[in-house]
Amino acid sequence: MSAISFQQVEKTYASGVRALGGVSFDVQPGEFFGLLGPNGAGKTTLISILAGLARATRGKVTVMGHDVVDDYAAARKSLGIVPQELVFDPFFSVRETLRIQSGYFGVRRNDDWIDELLASLGLADKADANMRQLSGGMKRRVLVAQALVHRPPVIVLDEPTAGVDVELRQTLWQFIARLNREGHTVLLTTHYLEEAEALCQRIAMLKLGKVVALERTTQLLATTASTMLRFKTDHALPASLAERARVTGRFAQVSARDAADVEAVLAQLREAAVPIEDLEIGRADLEDVFLDIMTAEQQA
Amino acid sequence: MSARIVLAGAQPLFRKEVLRFWKVSFQTVAAPVLTAVMYLVVFGHALNGRVSVYDGVGYIQFLIPGLVMMSVLQNAFANSSSSLIQSKITGNLVFLLVTPLSPAAWFLAYTGAAVVRGMAVGAGVMAVTVWFAPPGLANPLWIVVFGFLGAAMMGTLGLIAGLWAEKFDQLAAFQNFIIMPLTFLSGVFYSVHSLPPVWHVASRLNPFFYMIDGFRAGFFGQSDVSPWLSLGVVAVFFVAVASVALALLRSGYKLRH
Repeated sequence: MSAISFQQVEKTYASGVRALGGVSFDVQPGEFFGLLGPNGAGKTTLISILAGLARATRGKVTVMGHDVVDDYAAARKSLGIVPQELVFDPFFSVRETLRIQSGYFGVRRNDDWIDELLASLGLADKADANMRQLSGGMKRRVLVAQALVHRPPVIVLDEPTAGVDVELRQTLWQFIARLNREGHTVLLTTHYLEEAEALCQRIAMLKLGKVVALERTTQLLATTASTMLRFKTDHALPASLAERARVTGRFAQVSARDAADVEAVLAQLREAAVPIEDLEIGRADLEDVFLDIMTAEQQA
Repeated sequence: MSARIVLAGAQPLFRKEVLRFWKVSFQTVAAPVLTAVMYLVVFGHALNGRVSVYDGVGYIQFLIPGLVMMSVLQNAFANSSSSLIQSKITGNLVFLLVTPLSPAAWFLAYTGAAVVRGMAVGAGVMAVTVWFAPPGLANPLWIVVFGFLGAAMMGTLGLIAGLWAEKFDQLAAFQNFIIMPLTFLSGVFYSVHSLPPVWHVASRLNPFFYMIDGFRAGFFGQSDVSPWLSLGVVAVFFVAVASVALALLRSGYKLRH
């Protein structure tokens, strides 16, 4: 039995916008799974359908074998969702918020686990503070605690580190990684591809509502040019390199298939008399793979 | 889904909804009590002896149960409607939408909390105004039944309004153009027998009239229509609005896209 299963999921909104065009993939129990894609790819729509916030036009979605429509209560009990937006109820303290959320899932006398969540997420000293008094980062921690308060076997994190500081990221990933080691399934969407590369065992990439890649992370990394030249320059690159380079301000990255290709790139730079600084030659990362796949889909 | 499961699911949401208004009770309970006392002082002073009501009943005595019931109805409506619209607009309704709570549990919790707030405000208004002119206690059961049913009906209407409204001004329009006129034209401040025939008939079409009239019968043993008729009308309206509310919740109307 899959922890999460999407089968031919389609979603067309009342406005006529087609957000998903037949998405199918499974997430296995205990897996740390990444769902990546550019804005508007359909990631949040897919997660909304999983959580019951939206309804699929067609297709079937299950959580731990429970259909999210026909058996929604069991499906939702198995699921903890950390929403993308920083939302909170201003009437309550952190502890009250967690007790209330726990109650919704039928979990009473849950203070031991609530205390553990507060301690693990660095919220222990804020337990009695009103939600309005918390910083953005602290509110994000409470969102994570709310998603975990009923100990769901499947955790969905919808861009949990968007706009949060390094400390929270570290705390959050250590805690989520611990939960994953203890057997929880994790589905992560993020725009921070280095996080996905470091954490996710498998990755699905969405574009315009369709799955354009579904592989183990290591295999995905192996599918693209394995070498990347990174350097700084204040000059325009020669046309032959410009079309295969990724330039951000002074930073340029050019992919190369092998050592001979690296030589060829450097030769072209020399011939064009383009001065470069801080040259590094390294392995391609997930961001390179992501851009390759998205560009290939665009051209297809 | 069994009644036991529905009730167990409704409990935490009910407690949260009661806690929500209780945390701001100065605004949600004390303020409406003060408003009702102002009505009593102003209208009682202006109209005492000028409006004919029931035989042997003074105007201020007559006014008190009407004001109590008006406060019950308005605050029951305000509780469920404002809670839902605030949660929708601030986005924190997502915490509820991802839970296994059934539509019936949502209905029971929101309506139940609305009844509690309506009754709390009603009790507060009664406790303060009863000293002006004790209205009597002919049939306490009618008081409880109409107070409860009226609050439940208005809490349910508030639930519908909260689901429908997408902005605060839409909710304000619902409150100002539907709830307020129906409340003021329901006989809170007068007996419908004192109205011209056309308005007398018009009042009979207003379900709020039956809630106020039945509630008042519990105090005076007198009413404009039989309390049994009022009970029937109010019960039918409650079942109708409850069916609409449950259907909206089941369909995910403006909640699940």
